[in-house]
Amino acid sequence: MSLDQTIRIERWTPLSRAAILIAALVLVLLAAGPLLFSNNAVDKLTTLFIYVMLAVCWNALAGYGGLVSVGQQAFFGLGAYAAVRLADAGLSVYPALVIAAVLVAIVSLPISAFMLRLKGGEFAIGMWVVAALCHLLVNLDSLVQGETGTSLIALNAYEADTRHALTYWVALGSMTAILAILFALLRSRVGSAIQAIRDNEEAAASVGVRVMSTKRIIFVFAAFGAALAGALWLATAITFQPKTYFGVQWTAYMIFMVLVGGLGTFEGAILGAVIFFVIEAWFGASGVWYLVGLGATALVFALFLPRGLWGWLERRYDLALLPLGYRVTIGGQPPSRERTPQGGPAAPAPTGNAG
Amino acid sequence: MMIWVNQIVQGILLGGYYAVIACGLSFMFSVMRIINLAHGSLAIVAAFGLYVLADQFGFDPFGALIVVLPAMAVIGWVLQRTILERSQRGGMLVPILSTFGLSIVIDNLLFEHFGADTRSLAPYIDELSWDSWQLTDDIAIGKLAAITFVTAVVILGGLQLFLTRTQLGRAIRATAEDPDTVGLIGINARRVNAAAAAIAMLTVGIAGAFLGMRATFDPYAGGPQLIFAFEAAVIGGAGSLWGTLIGGIVLGVAQSIGAQINPQGFLITGHVVFLVVLLARLHVDQIGTRFRKTVRRSA
Repeated sequence: MSLDQTIRIERWTPLSRAAILIAALVLVLLAAGPLLFSNNAVDKLTTLFIYVMLAVCWNALAGYGGLVSVGQQAFFGLGAYAAVRLADAGLSVYPALVIAAVLVAIVSLPISAFMLRLKGGEFAIGMWVVAALCHLLVNLDSLVQGETGTSLIALNAYEADTRHALTYWVALGSMTAILAILFALLRSRVGSAIQAIRDNEEAAASVGVRVMSTKRIIFVFAAFGAALAGALWLATAITFQPKTYFGVQWTAYMIFMVLVGGLGTFEGAILGAVIFFVIEAWFGASGVWYLVGLGATALVFALFLPRGLWGWLERRYDLALLPLGYRVTIGGQPPSRERTPQGGPAAPAPTGNAG
Repeated sequence: MMIWVNQIVQGILLGGYYAVIACGLSFMFSVMRIINLAHGSLAIVAAFGLYVLADQFGFDPFGALIVVLPAMAVIGWVLQRTILERSQRGGMLVPILSTFGLSIVIDNLLFEHFGADTRSLAPYIDELSWDSWQLTDDIAIGKLAAITFVTAVVILGGLQLFLTRTQLGRAIRATAEDPDTVGLIGINARRVNAAAAAIAMLTVGIAGAFLGMRATFDPYAGGPQLIFAFEAAVIGGAGSLWGTLIGGIVLGVAQSIGAQINPQGFLITGHVVFLVVLLARLHVDQIGTRFRKTVRRSA
């Protein structure tokens, strides 16, 4: 071994350049969707886009931020509710969907002041309490009529074909925006800071990471994404029944998608959403056993493969489609990847019980 | 005026139930640092167990506890040795994810077997479900509510005696302190934790029994029970082992006063009081930290 090995630090690799290019091509192709596919297929794809948004945002919070929330349905429901309210106030429907999400993101700021003080399981259930409270408060609104609900009647202004296409485009645009924002966020200082906090909050603070404001950015981003997903779900479902939107099953779906796809991996959350979409299409009709299967799969992945399918692929084949971290190559030979996971089975727990 | 006094009295009694369901959650958190998200679902499992024994085998619900409580203890032991122990080794996030997955499995298996109907144990305990002592014209104390409250005090006192006076209790406190070091003095931390989980599930079994007798339950009732237990534990968390009781009482009183203000107010007021307490404690340590110290110091 010679000593004059060149050490290079690189971000973009030929593979990641190709991946971004292909992703861009796929998005362009998808943009032509309503011109090519049937209404049914367009609706299905819209659902997939919403799942991707939910998975990606929950993954941003849990996988990158280390904040496992079982209450993201709070923002999902509030997003839909705000859209109903805005449309009722006379705002044009499609802008209302996006503005609703922005409003919910603003509401999530004071919530973050409470909740980010909590850690681990306390944060998880604390968010559930927030979701339960939001549900109860929305029920009080006379427009919603309690659990009876209401619907987004303003959508009737559009002809069916136009409506499907518009909702599809807004969903595709929203998903692309969410992915792009998160991609930029994770490559910035915030991305390094939030992962440092996830891995060790005290150590991160000691090297000058501003813990609270960094957590807040990721929390508000996740709230915004969930709210946008909720508003879009309303545009596809049209009816708004609080129970459906504020149900904890949304969190179950998010956890399933992210755990199976890969907790803390950008590509994994997208993969998880696609897998969930396919599984739902196949087994969704089997009702209760389908839900038992989802819970059991999440449990097994949490215990035995906490980095999910993508995490496994990534480690096994040294894959890195998206240039999020940095790679160190020594003499052209990349050593093992440097995106150290938290929560891997090998990582010793601070309070391990190896008695 | 007397209406409000009555609501406060009923709230205090309701707090007894919350203390019963919360103490297992706090206990597991203080010993193993795990918040078990399947806590509520497991209470519903116990309630359905009692229901089946009462409905199909003619057991008295109190007598059926002789079967259900040991079963719950076994469930706790197995849960710790299979799922929780492995989760703990995976870091902070895994226990939350795995126990949440478990709760989904439990809820839906219950739904698969028992369907959506709400059930109650009230028909099997005869007049106890409605009998009460009339204190004044406006205030009556339900016998079941009183029994629940007394049970809460007995469980909390019993837990405290157990932690201070018994070999196993001391081992649990030592393990909570430092699970690695206790191995040096001949304590098997894995077995101690499994025993602690079994004890926590005993209290969950009792909570399930009182829930079933006091109200109705259905397969998806576990989530709300987890939330109540969590709220009571957090509100009382700054105190001691007995803080759980205080937390339960605060939650119960808030809910019954809220219910008096507005029919929808029961749950809303409970959640709001929880958040207010949380805000008040923004700078105070987390739930469990104090509790854990108390467990160590044994009050």
